[in-house]
Amino acid sequence: MSSFITSMGFDVLFKGTNMIRLLQGLLVALKISLISVVLSIVLGIIIGMLMSLKKPVINVISRIYLEIVRIMPQMVLLFIVYFGATKALGLNVSATAASLIVFTFWGSAEMADLVRGSLISIPVIQYESSYALGMTKLQTYLYVIIPQTVRRLLPLAINLITRMIKTTSLVMMIGIVEVLKVGQQIIEANRKTSPNAAFGIFATIFLLYFLACWPISLLSRYLEKKAA
Amino acid sequence: MDAGAISQYFPLYVEAFFLTIKIGWMGIALSLLIGVVGAFVLHFKVPVLSVIINVYVELFRNTPLLVQLFFIYFGLPKVGLVISADKCGVIGLGLLGGSYMVEAIRSGLSAVPVSQTESALSLGFTKRQIFTNVILPQAVISGIPAVIANVIFLLKETSVFSAISLMDLMFTAKDLIGLYYDTTECLLLLVLFYIVMLLPVSALGSFIEKKIRFGSYGD
Repeated sequence: MSSFITSMGFDVLFKGTNMIRLLQGLLVALKISLISVVLSIVLGIIIGMLMSLKKPVINVISRIYLEIVRIMPQMVLLFIVYFGATKALGLNVSATAASLIVFTFWGSAEMADLVRGSLISIPVIQYESSYALGMTKLQTYLYVIIPQTVRRLLPLAINLITRMIKTTSLVMMIGIVEVLKVGQQIIEANRKTSPNAAFGIFATIFLLYFLACWPISLLSRYLEKKAA
Repeated sequence: MDAGAISQYFPLYVEAFFLTIKIGWMGIALSLLIGVVGAFVLHFKVPVLSVIINVYVELFRNTPLLVQLFFIYFGLPKVGLVISADKCGVIGLGLLGGSYMVEAIRSGLSAVPVSQTESALSLGFTKRQIFTNVILPQAVISGIPAVIANVIFLLKETSVFSAISLMDLMFTAKDLIGLYYDTTECLLLLVLFYIVMLLPVSALGSFIEKKIRFGSYGD
């Protein structure tokens, strides 16, 4: 059994503080995703509500915004903000700030689209009935529209969170030391003593990401079933 | 902005563009194959196989492509499975995409109401006829928007290939920036090529979605 662990390169995990370092690396990635998730949800709700107003100017701007996010890979956006802004505008954006800007920019668009989608999926009858019952606009939104919207929105928004966590793995490409980078460092440092570390380390990182995202996915699916 | 630099780099981008498209579409074809097979397995509740498909879908839907590629490209050779970067890209994209496609196609199949099957049965259709003539046409229609969204998502994900030194668009841009420091020009070309690659697919997607909603069944 122990020879199996060694030959698969899992032994490095138990050397020194390697496992703790990997977990700390994961924490760096999770922290970035958590901050961008919170910002995206707040901004996304505001933008989504603006989009559901169907004003022509807002429509054009939001269409362009959504299309940019829809077709530009997040990695390209990261490079534009991190390298492009430095060169073209002379701004010195730190890697963390660049990733927060990009993930919030992307997440807000996705969230806004979800908010708009669930707002317009509420039938007009709901508004009309509320007004017919003598409710004010505020009351209509507060007691009729928002509760229904939230129920449709929640599973989709939670699903977006897992997508954002997965996407933050890209930040290693602009030099942030997160779990993948730490993994590479451990593999490099132990190349002589455990040449198969790449298998063990990347399998562990695979599992760590799975453990971070799976519960959230399950929650999303549970809420979706409940809402249906 | 330096026009000379742009014209100098342009051919390199064209080459990378075709490589990205080639690997992207091969990966997407693989993912569709996995998706169709997996969705059928789940739909018909094939014993043992459906458990395997479920585990696979959960594993690959909940991990980033970058991590999957690192595992396939750097991890698997350590246990004797050496895969070239090209193949690794196709396999990685196919496996990630497959897990999304299974879900998309399966939900398309399960979106067809049971009453459709029951009505067809009462009209004397055989099981096979019901599947090919009643369920499949409706399932395709309700599944297509999700499948197209996945295709766009997967084409975007190809940018991750640069991490395993596949000479795709992203890699070329990164390489040129490192070599010549013409950051603005390189990024501009990068954005342009991604627009050329993805805008038509995105537009086609919106078009098909509109057409298809028009022909929806039931309510």
